[in-house]
Amino acid sequence: MNDIKLKHDPFNLIITGVGGQGNVMSSRIIGNMMSLKGFYVTIGETFGASQRGGSVMSHVRISEKSTVSPQIPKGRAHMIVSLEPSETIRVLMDYGNPDVEVITNTRPAHPVGVISGMMEYPSDDKIKAGINEISSKAWFFDATQMAVKIGHPIFSNIIMAGALAGTDTLPLERETFETIMNTKFPVDKVKSNLDAYDQGVAMTKAL
Amino acid sequence: MSILTEELKGTEHLLMGNEAIARGAVEAGINVAAGYPGTPSSEIIENLARIADEKNLYVEWGVNEKVALEVAAAGSFAGLRSLAVMKQPGINVASDFLLHLAASGTRAPMVLVGADDPGALSSVNEGETRFYARQMEIPLIEPGNFQEAKDMLKWAFELSEEIKNIVLVRTVTRLSHASGMVKLGEMKKQVNNAFFKHDGLMMDPMEGPMMSAPVGLKHGLQQEKLEKAKELFETSPFNIYSGPDSPELLIITSSICDLYAKEAVALLGLDSRVGILKLGTTWPLPPKLLEKYLGICSKILFVEEVLPFLEENVKILAAELASKIGPKTFFGKNNGDIPTTGELNPDIVVQALAGIFKIDYSPADKTYQQRASEIAFTGAPARETTFCPGCPHRASFFSINKVLAMDNRNGFTCGDIGCYSLAMLSGGFFTLKTLHAMGSGTGLASGFGKLEKFGMDQPAISVCGDSTFFHAAMPPLVNAIHNQSNIIMVVLDNSGTAMTGFQPHPGLTTDATGNDVPKIDIPTVARAMGAKVTVCDPFDLETTQNTLFELLEDKQGAKVLVLKQVCALSPEKKSSKMFEIKIDSAKCVGDDCGCSRMCTRVLKCPGLIWDEKTKKSVINEVICVGCGVCASVCPTGAIVKEEAK
Repeated sequence: MNDIKLKHDPFNLIITGVGGQGNVMSSRIIGNMMSLKGFYVTIGETFGASQRGGSVMSHVRISEKSTVSPQIPKGRAHMIVSLEPSETIRVLMDYGNPDVEVITNTRPAHPVGVISGMMEYPSDDKIKAGINEISSKAWFFDATQMAVKIGHPIFSNIIMAGALAGTDTLPLERETFETIMNTKFPVDKVKSNLDAYDQGVAMTKAL
Repeated sequence: MSILTEELKGTEHLLMGNEAIARGAVEAGINVAAGYPGTPSSEIIENLARIADEKNLYVEWGVNEKVALEVAAAGSFAGLRSLAVMKQPGINVASDFLLHLAASGTRAPMVLVGADDPGALSSVNEGETRFYARQMEIPLIEPGNFQEAKDMLKWAFELSEEIKNIVLVRTVTRLSHASGMVKLGEMKKQVNNAFFKHDGLMMDPMEGPMMSAPVGLKHGLQQEKLEKAKELFETSPFNIYSGPDSPELLIITSSICDLYAKEAVALLGLDSRVGILKLGTTWPLPPKLLEKYLGICSKILFVEEVLPFLEENVKILAAELASKIGPKTFFGKNNGDIPTTGELNPDIVVQALAGIFKIDYSPADKTYQQRASEIAFTGAPARETTFCPGCPHRASFFSINKVLAMDNRNGFTCGDIGCYSLAMLSGGFFTLKTLHAMGSGTGLASGFGKLEKFGMDQPAISVCGDSTFFHAAMPPLVNAIHNQSNIIMVVLDNSGTAMTGFQPHPGLTTDATGNDVPKIDIPTVARAMGAKVTVCDPFDLETTQNTLFELLEDKQGAKVLVLKQVCALSPEKKSSKMFEIKIDSAKCVGDDCGCSRMCTRVLKCPGLIWDEKTKKSVINEVICVGCGVCASVCPTGAIVKEEAK
């Protein structure tokens, strides 16, 4: 078992986004990184119909003691990692509290209602102000743009995993990430993913 | 090699519930596995299919759940350990055979996994598997966590071996699709030798013919098996009590709800006052065990999802045991503390406990909650599920909807089960006016198409997917043709069971384990049945719509239109663009064009962005897959498609 103590036990991490952004992969990788460090990891997620353009949320819970409920109780998130800015706010409404920390991709994915003109998508400023008001600390950056530069928008999920590691909230080590990449990913995908992870780490270290 | 095939005994891994179930089956030494895709069950067969060669398994995606259960039963009859897997509505489909199988009994151990979806996270029902156990008179066990998902699967095979009947294992979405730590166990040796003994005496369950007759005898035998299971359940290690010796309240629970109950008790600091009896064996209930724990407390709270299965069955036992255990006060579904619809979570259990113990509990500071809700009101616009960018279904429903509107006879579309069920929502133009079970769209249309003599002249269209066509839509099509029902059946053929992750089906040339197999061609089948058949590409809006108009004119019998276009998420299409789409902003006149923004207001493809500042449409380069449908709907020619590089 680790020398590193968790700030909370269980530590409640929520990874959120929109169907198709790859947040299931993100939660698996972070979960595997923590389980390789000897922690009990419980991940709750849904996929299927909810993936089709809807909000997607993974609950990743890390404990030194035991497996816990795959659903985090309301108001009990410690960290929210979000691939889509308005989804951050949606999650904060249910699971936020004054001590929660947030890492957000700033690139919006417009819901059908916004595309059709029935609803309005909030401005960047409004989103930032809202998130800052109801979190204790928040990191913002355009992970999608970084991902496109690496080669594909899907890398934003790995960038966000790296960004979480960069905050030093959890004992996430690059070496563990590399081990997972080498065992679970095809050889030709490893380099881009390591690149994405490193850029994510640098992002939160700098901000 | 993988986590499913390596011995790795004693090592601990992070596994998805469905992976744990698959590992449990492999540890039990199975040879045969069959199922039909359905969320949240699909990954069990998918995982087993991947290791079929390595572990010498026969793994099959059956044409539907009833056939899958029959295929698995054949394995058992021939002496091989067999597994059948399906989501709950699949149990309904398979239930006719299940009734007879439960009466004939099994030979080599056989297990049926039923996956429920409380809260209908990816379903159009919240059907219950548990009640089948009681109705079919077979044992039911329910894993409460990831470790148990593996261990109880293995144990289910041992139980089936012991009683010589099928054992039902029920899982739920929050276990199957969640992940947790699992310590791996020993692999049993497989049998690998199949032979069906059938020459023995009629009454000989091990060597005679396999059947549910003579009913009186076989039914009695079946009930003896269930009694034996009940006795074994009395000492099962999967029925676990945790808490004080004399609690003020006893929670009785099963499945993933055990983890919700534990969390709720801890959140309220009630550990020294509340006991939890987690039952792994939920039908038949072990009476001696229940007598022991009902005796330690006079207040009982049932924590279970959807219908009161545990609650009702425990209450019956409590009535029988009344003289020994004394009067009880029950909390649960019946008194309204636990809802009878939707999935549970720790908060619902907290509220129930807070009510019983009169504790004031709030998830977060009230001022914070109020402010967060205010910010979310405008900061998080509702996100409705919709078709993916480049989904052929959007184009298909755009055409169906348009043609029915222009036809102006108040025609309608009967829906079916798949991604295209989303056409009940705005992203599919609210096209679907009925939505029930697999194949029901065409069955309903077949009925509507015969109501002309009662003055009904509304055209009836049905839709179904390619996998659904084989699963359950062929009999209603036969029915419509034979009874000369005036319908149009539209087969939305996207070359795979898309919703559940591209599992193959009989219309494709590959099977579950990657072998080349003969495909059954949908247009040929429909023609052979006697339907008039047309095939179109739904991305060709003009041809599709003209064809639909022609079919609406033809009032003689059943017509089939196959709209064939591969799913945008399919492995063959993913990460490649069909066309480069550009918007000529000089030609895009937005709201002023007279079309009122056909592309974004009507078609609503997520690959488009309506720029409020410039009042023009923009392509979302990040997600547009270049299907070109928006170019076809733009009346000013502002959206241009060019050959992809």
